[in-house]
Amino acid sequence: MIAQRVGVAALRRGAAQPFFAQTLPRAALAASMSTTPTRSWSTSACRRPISPHLGIYKMEQTWFGASAWTRITGCVLSGTMYTYMAAYVVAPLVGLHIESASVAAAFGSLPFAIKGGLKFALGFPFAFHFFVGLKHLVYDMGKGFAKDTIIKSEKILWGVSIVGGLVLAFFV
Amino acid sequence: MASLRSSCLLGASSVRTALRPGARIGAAFTRSMASVSEVPAQPEAKLRSFQIYRWNPDTPSEKPRLQTYTLDLNKTGPMILDALIRIKNELDPTVTFRRSCREGICGSCAMNINGQNTLACLCKIPLDTAADVKIYPLPHTYVVKDLVPDLTHFYKQYKSIKPYLQRDTPAEDGKEYRQSKADRKKLDGLYECILCACCSTSCPSYWWNSEEYLGPAILLQSYRWLADSRDERTAERKTNLENSMSLYRCHTILNCTKACPKGLNPGLAVAEIKKTMALGN
Repeated sequence: MIAQRVGVAALRRGAAQPFFAQTLPRAALAASMSTTPTRSWSTSACRRPISPHLGIYKMEQTWFGASAWTRITGCVLSGTMYTYMAAYVVAPLVGLHIESASVAAAFGSLPFAIKGGLKFALGFPFAFHFFVGLKHLVYDMGKGFAKDTIIKSEKILWGVSIVGGLVLAFFV
Repeated sequence: MASLRSSCLLGASSVRTALRPGARIGAAFTRSMASVSEVPAQPEAKLRSFQIYRWNPDTPSEKPRLQTYTLDLNKTGPMILDALIRIKNELDPTVTFRRSCREGICGSCAMNINGQNTLACLCKIPLDTAADVKIYPLPHTYVVKDLVPDLTHFYKQYKSIKPYLQRDTPAEDGKEYRQSKADRKKLDGLYECILCACCSTSCPSYWWNSEEYLGPAILLQSYRWLADSRDERTAERKTNLENSMSLYRCHTILNCTKACPKGLNPGLAVAEIKKTMALGN
């Protein structure tokens, strides 16, 4: 899904003008609309800094927001899957055994803590992505947008996902 | 009526004297001798530092920096805007920011205060902590100077959604376009938007895609015209949103709803647009 998006974005970018030309229409527009005649905006616009964003915005709304973690957990899950499947294809050529049976046997011989840790490392992303998916279905119906509901539902989401991850790691 | 008025006046003057100890009834010129001799005990200074983002277009090669100003909160009004105005008046006249109404109506003083976009005039100086107050311009905007962001593109996007009533049929009575109370009610929570850009510039999706994605503020306005029973170009308005960028870059992050200083809900408005687009009604 994300890989497909990257492809589409690249195509779109290729179809547009070269990137250095893109700022020019904006600069020209700014110049025509400016009420300050003494400064040429079209020349200074290129040197204007962009105000800080990710670095200064409230962490719980950026780095620790549900949206960012939806993407992170999705990448972990699909990344693991792609890596394993690619390895599965290549394995016979290099003489590795990563069929289900041998992977299960190798996994079974690991110490308990590492087994649990590995399972939680996949179980939590799955649980989080699953529950956030359900939340988005509710959002699609136009429900749950009150400010306090948003904050409450985020807390519930984290709680349920951690518990779900632990259940998947130690009880399945 | 006359007696009523005089009693009102009496009331007013008694209130005034109650508020000003030392003033005498009927003596308009009393900044009285008594009040001079009573020097009130100076309360201990409540110092608070404000770190403000500075960048000057006259020296564009200099990197943006934070400059710290310290104020005594006892002599400052309760809001961040009061502090900014005092800093500009008394400490450093070169500090640049937009402000106008000082009561949350104009949207000029939108900025990022302690990591949250809001209006400086509606944001109290936090008293529960002694930490410095950090003030930045609206995130991911071109800086014109200090706390002044360039909103040209934002306004251009607003213009692009044709934010006005579009009709072909004339009014039935030839005077005004009527709507039912229920239809009018659909516009509550939408028409109050002051376009301060707090929500749009809080949205990571808008940070990365502002060239094409309209952002929460403009989408809320889009919905304001989609929901208006008097508008007759609903289909055209929806067609304009039917692409991957204008509307669907919204990933329901909902920073917009958390940011809105007017207590509106851009996240909900965007969801309603998506719903009507999906259901085709």
